[in-house]
Amino acid sequence: MLNVKNIPISAWIGLIITAIFLFAAIFAPWVAPYPVGETVGDVWEPMSAKYWLGTDNLGRDLLSRMIYGARITIFIAAMATALSFILGSVLGFAAAVIGGWLDQFMSRFVDLIMAIPTLIFALVVLSVLPSNVVTLILVMGLLDATRVYRLARAVAVDINVMDFVEAAKLRGEGRIWIIFREILPNALTPLIAELGLRFIFAVLFLSALSFLGLGVQPPDSDWGGMVKENKEGIVFGIPAALIPAAAIAVLAISVNLVADWILNRTTSLKGGRG
Amino acid sequence: MAKRPVDRSGLLLDIRNLRMEATSYPPGEPPRNVVIVDGVSVKLERGKVLGLIGESGAGKSTIGLSSMCYGRGGVRITGGEIVLNGRDLLKGGPRLLRQIRGREVCYVAQSAAAAFNPARKLMDQVTEAALLHKICTKAEAEKRAIGLFKKLGLPNPEIFGQRFPHQVSGGQLQRAMTAMALCSEPDLIVFDEPTTALDVTTQIDVLASIKDAIRDTNVAALYITHDLAVVAQVADDIMVLRHGKRVEYGDTRQIIKEPRQQYTNQLVSVHHIPHEENNPTDAPILSVNNITAAYGGGLVKVLKNVSVDIHLGQTLAVVGESGSGKSTLARAITGLLPPIEGKINFSGRVLSPRLANRTRDDLRELQMIYQMADTAMNPRQTIGTIIGRPLEFYFGMKGKERDARVAELLHKIEMGKGFADRYPAELSGGQKQRVCIARALAAKPKLIICDEVTSALDPLVADGILKLLLDLQKEENVAYLFITHDLATVKSIADAIAVMYRGEVVRYGPKSQVLTPPFDAYTDLLLSSVPEMELGWLEGAMKNRRMASAGN
Repeated sequence: MLNVKNIPISAWIGLIITAIFLFAAIFAPWVAPYPVGETVGDVWEPMSAKYWLGTDNLGRDLLSRMIYGARITIFIAAMATALSFILGSVLGFAAAVIGGWLDQFMSRFVDLIMAIPTLIFALVVLSVLPSNVVTLILVMGLLDATRVYRLARAVAVDINVMDFVEAAKLRGEGRIWIIFREILPNALTPLIAELGLRFIFAVLFLSALSFLGLGVQPPDSDWGGMVKENKEGIVFGIPAALIPAAAIAVLAISVNLVADWILNRTTSLKGGRG
Repeated sequence: MAKRPVDRSGLLLDIRNLRMEATSYPPGEPPRNVVIVDGVSVKLERGKVLGLIGESGAGKSTIGLSSMCYGRGGVRITGGEIVLNGRDLLKGGPRLLRQIRGREVCYVAQSAAAAFNPARKLMDQVTEAALLHKICTKAEAEKRAIGLFKKLGLPNPEIFGQRFPHQVSGGQLQRAMTAMALCSEPDLIVFDEPTTALDVTTQIDVLASIKDAIRDTNVAALYITHDLAVVAQVADDIMVLRHGKRVEYGDTRQIIKEPRQQYTNQLVSVHHIPHEENNPTDAPILSVNNITAAYGGGLVKVLKNVSVDIHLGQTLAVVGESGSGKSTLARAITGLLPPIEGKINFSGRVLSPRLANRTRDDLRELQMIYQMADTAMNPRQTIGTIIGRPLEFYFGMKGKERDARVAELLHKIEMGKGFADRYPAELSGGQKQRVCIARALAAKPKLIICDEVTSALDPLVADGILKLLLDLQKEENVAYLFITHDLATVKSIADAIAVMYRGEVVRYGPKSQVLTPPFDAYTDLLLSSVPEMELGWLEGAMKNRRMASAGN
């Protein structure tokens, strides 16, 4: 099984930083020194022992908002990724196994969606629909599902022609068994690596939407929204906008390091216990 | 350029106490050293051919490549001396290696299709080494190559070099590779299983042209193969290897006639399984009536009006070259490729042409075993799951009852209980094929289709599988449809034989009848192409042929 000694140093860095972010996100109400929406000091106070990261454009404690922001950002990104994976991989596998016109129809439909730039598509949809967390997750999840569909279908098409799948078909197994018991376990490794990358894209996507004002709505705020709130300060040399931006970057890099490691461990069909 | 002795006789290659090692990285364990070749010495004189023979993992390819000081896939030379033309290659450094590789030693790989660059014309690749070493001018090299194409019996030698690798057949490509090796007029050629991937009828052509070329150019050769009958035709001496150690060394006659070691004896006597032919019963279990099947919506007919019968507890062998439609016959019977004409009767009922319309009993009673056991098992399932699934699926067995039956089946295929928790990647090739047999047996079938089940295995392992199949046939009274290109296998296990050629059955009947003259031209070609373990067989076979094989 997994040997702790064999994990490379880069993966360790990724794992530890990701774990810190997750811890902050999950235990936000207990970790944060101040309530999220309360004005506690002056506008844009510098870093001090009292306010570790200073205060924001309304005088709220930036560290507390960062921690709550982590919660919102990671929650929405994780839910959107989960949705896109469940939808994308099930449809992708089904398209590969069933084939024929169903495959053609779904693949061409996905091509159609992918031809429209995601951000513009999302902006149009979100400006029409009520902006709340559920809509955000749905829109992001559905748009990302097209990418997952492509990968899942490509991997499954390769596995679908293997003799063991033919053996299962000759045995008379149904499609559900073939998809979930024969193909899924063998497609899992590339999909898990892709999961990490798609999660990062979801974080970046959400941040971009919030920065443009169509993502998470005040008084709640994710990291992208916090960059937006504090961006005026940059002109005056105040780093409040850079801190959430840096958090986005660090999260992206650390999850990427973990995904890289998983992808490197095995991408082939060697199987066994790996 | 290195000085080359003009002396054309005497010792060419002298490998002393060669030791080669590699590091393996088993999952979950610290890396460890594996000795691939252990203290092997090889002496080769000019113009002689030495056959290196052994099972996979015997280190024969590794030794062959060591003659140019090369270790494939991280294999390191850790001891001994390799002396070629009087120089120790291990002490010569990269400069010497560059001089000898492609100049004094050339290499012919097993899979010519994978070894040629698909983007370049054959001529450019054949003459490349000679030009790189500045042995001759481009015009001379091309002239030389055309001469070699002619000698190797390639069609249209003048324009053959203008083709790309995908435009010629597998046998021709293998000969082009031999031409490539001969083009720079080396002292030594390493042939690494050059005919293993070819059909028998093509193999004999390639073998004959290689033999002629070796004789005419007076080049020395290391001939690596696992087929003793093949090597007996071309080699002067034979070295038998096992687990990286030398088992026996002697001239060809002594090795095949009077082997001194028990292991050599096993290799020599392989394929001698006693099997009594059974008479056909009154009602066949499977009867295929005038089947025609096609790919591409009826455009390419790959089976034409095929009819065969199989009787319970007996074996029908379907033989033919690749492309003869024998695997397509299996696909038509299993329903994967519904035939466009004809019908199939199976144990008294008419089988639906399409897989989707067959009943569960139809599926259960007709099982299949594949050529590549590797890909026939889901690498993420344990052996217990793989064998247990048909029990669950057809008989609804669960829990302890299922595990007990799996253990029973494992015992039947001569494997122990401990294997149930293992994954396919943790088994050897022969064990994998045994598990596939157990999976087929688990369904209590009446007919098992065996698609080239032994052709990916070493001879001794294949023998074990064939014996197991025969024993199981007696116990379970199951019928086999045995698809193979290997006539030696057919002789050992079949009760009836169908010879297929270009989608048609050209000869069909009980084994004794099919294998008794007079033969039709194709059966004759097929039968006479199977290498026999006798000196001079190749010459006799080539002389007596009535029909040229495909691609010649």
